[in-house]
Amino acid sequence: MSETSTMLCRCEDITLEQIQDCIAAGFRTIDEIKRVTRAGMGPCQGRTCRLLIAQELSGHYGIPMEEVLMPTFRPPVKPIPMGVLADAYQEGGHE
Amino acid sequence: MKKGYEVVIIGGGIMGCAAAFELAKRGVVDILIIEKGCLSSGATGRCGAGIRQQWGAELNARLAMESTHIFEHLEEYTGYSGDCGLYQGGYLLVAYTEKEWAQFQKNLEVQHRLGIDSRAVDLQEAQEIVPHLNTNGMYGATYCGKDGHANPFHCTLAYALGAQKMGAEIAAYTTATSLRASGGRITGVETDQGFVEAGIVLNCTNTKAPELAALVGEDIPVYAERHQALVTEPVAPLMDCMVMSFQRSFYVQQTPHGSFVMGIGPQEEPSHNSHSTWQYLEKNCAVICETLPVLRQLRVVRQWAGQYDLSPDRNPIIDEAKNARGFYSLCGFSGHGFMVAPRVAILLANHLTGREDSLDIRRFSAERYKTGKLLLEPSVV
Repeated sequence: MSETSTMLCRCEDITLEQIQDCIAAGFRTIDEIKRVTRAGMGPCQGRTCRLLIAQELSGHYGIPMEEVLMPTFRPPVKPIPMGVLADAYQEGGHE
Repeated sequence: MKKGYEVVIIGGGIMGCAAAFELAKRGVVDILIIEKGCLSSGATGRCGAGIRQQWGAELNARLAMESTHIFEHLEEYTGYSGDCGLYQGGYLLVAYTEKEWAQFQKNLEVQHRLGIDSRAVDLQEAQEIVPHLNTNGMYGATYCGKDGHANPFHCTLAYALGAQKMGAEIAAYTTATSLRASGGRITGVETDQGFVEAGIVLNCTNTKAPELAALVGEDIPVYAERHQALVTEPVAPLMDCMVMSFQRSFYVQQTPHGSFVMGIGPQEEPSHNSHSTWQYLEKNCAVICETLPVLRQLRVVRQWAGQYDLSPDRNPIIDEAKNARGFYSLCGFSGHGFMVAPRVAILLANHLTGREDSLDIRRFSAERYKTGKLLLEPSVV
């Protein structure tokens, strides 16, 4: 498999080559790469690509994996239909 | 980072980066941008990304209109190789009360004086523009086909790289901790990476701007209000247009990517809180599903929060500190900084380089809250 065909973020169709281009352009964190490529912004919210991008950053900058800055993990954990949430509001009347 | 710069800009959002670019274009290239996170990690990266010219206050409408003209060719303007994602699918502003409908007629007059291509539409035409719209309870709407949205990350990066190409430096993950002034002038910025000398300092830190300005004795009456937003999974195109209501306080749009981005206005006390809540998630879905029932099937993939830097009259503040000349605060954008930043940057750069500008920068001074010459904006979500 070449780097142009290795799909690193499957939700947003981002390849390993695109991530490596970002790193070569000077991006230092997952957050920066996410903002420019949308990697990690799809339905799985980065569950697959987050650590793969971290691995690339770790290798390129020579820092341990645990020191790669993680992006904020945002809710909901799994995608939820708007109708389900809307009905919950009508029933519960939460403010 | 060098020992000193002609201009130090605090804040790597759209405002700071656009200011750097416009200054560099005018020959001031000895610039440092300090950003505590990465570019657009603050309000810019969290905003709703809308670009609308349908304002009620003349200055807001003018800033937005002239900024739109720049957004329309931002890639070429900055030499950016990426895509800034501008999509001009229009804005439909819907009125739910008679009072609101009357206000919209006044707003149209302001817009038409400036040459903004907006108009009133009846409910039938509103439904033609947005086919799935539930018009129950609506009086009418106004529409401008040249309104739209753009990608805040790419727009900011376009300005930042453009400025960098001309000589500006960017220090990401660097925090400004204090200011130094002497003899009534700003002299530099303390950062967590050391002290930097500066002839001019631009405070482009959104809700943190009052705190920084207070260090040099300047009182900026801006406060932070948390706003939340959410985004759905992408689907095939359903609507071109942003739908927005002030009465029910919501906005919703489909991005070129296919996902829907939406938000509702909060009812809460000022705070720097940037956490999202499940209560908001439910309420947002309930409000939007009532107006666009077709969205009930769509799944929410992410929610987040950011801050509006609210000024008392919902218009920007461009203010030079009286006790520290050369220290400028640009804030108080009240939730629409992204869409006016291109023009505000030009205004400031013209002022700093002694060039003429068709807008009078003094009208934006925080002095207006003392003299009572406010620039009231009636139409904000």
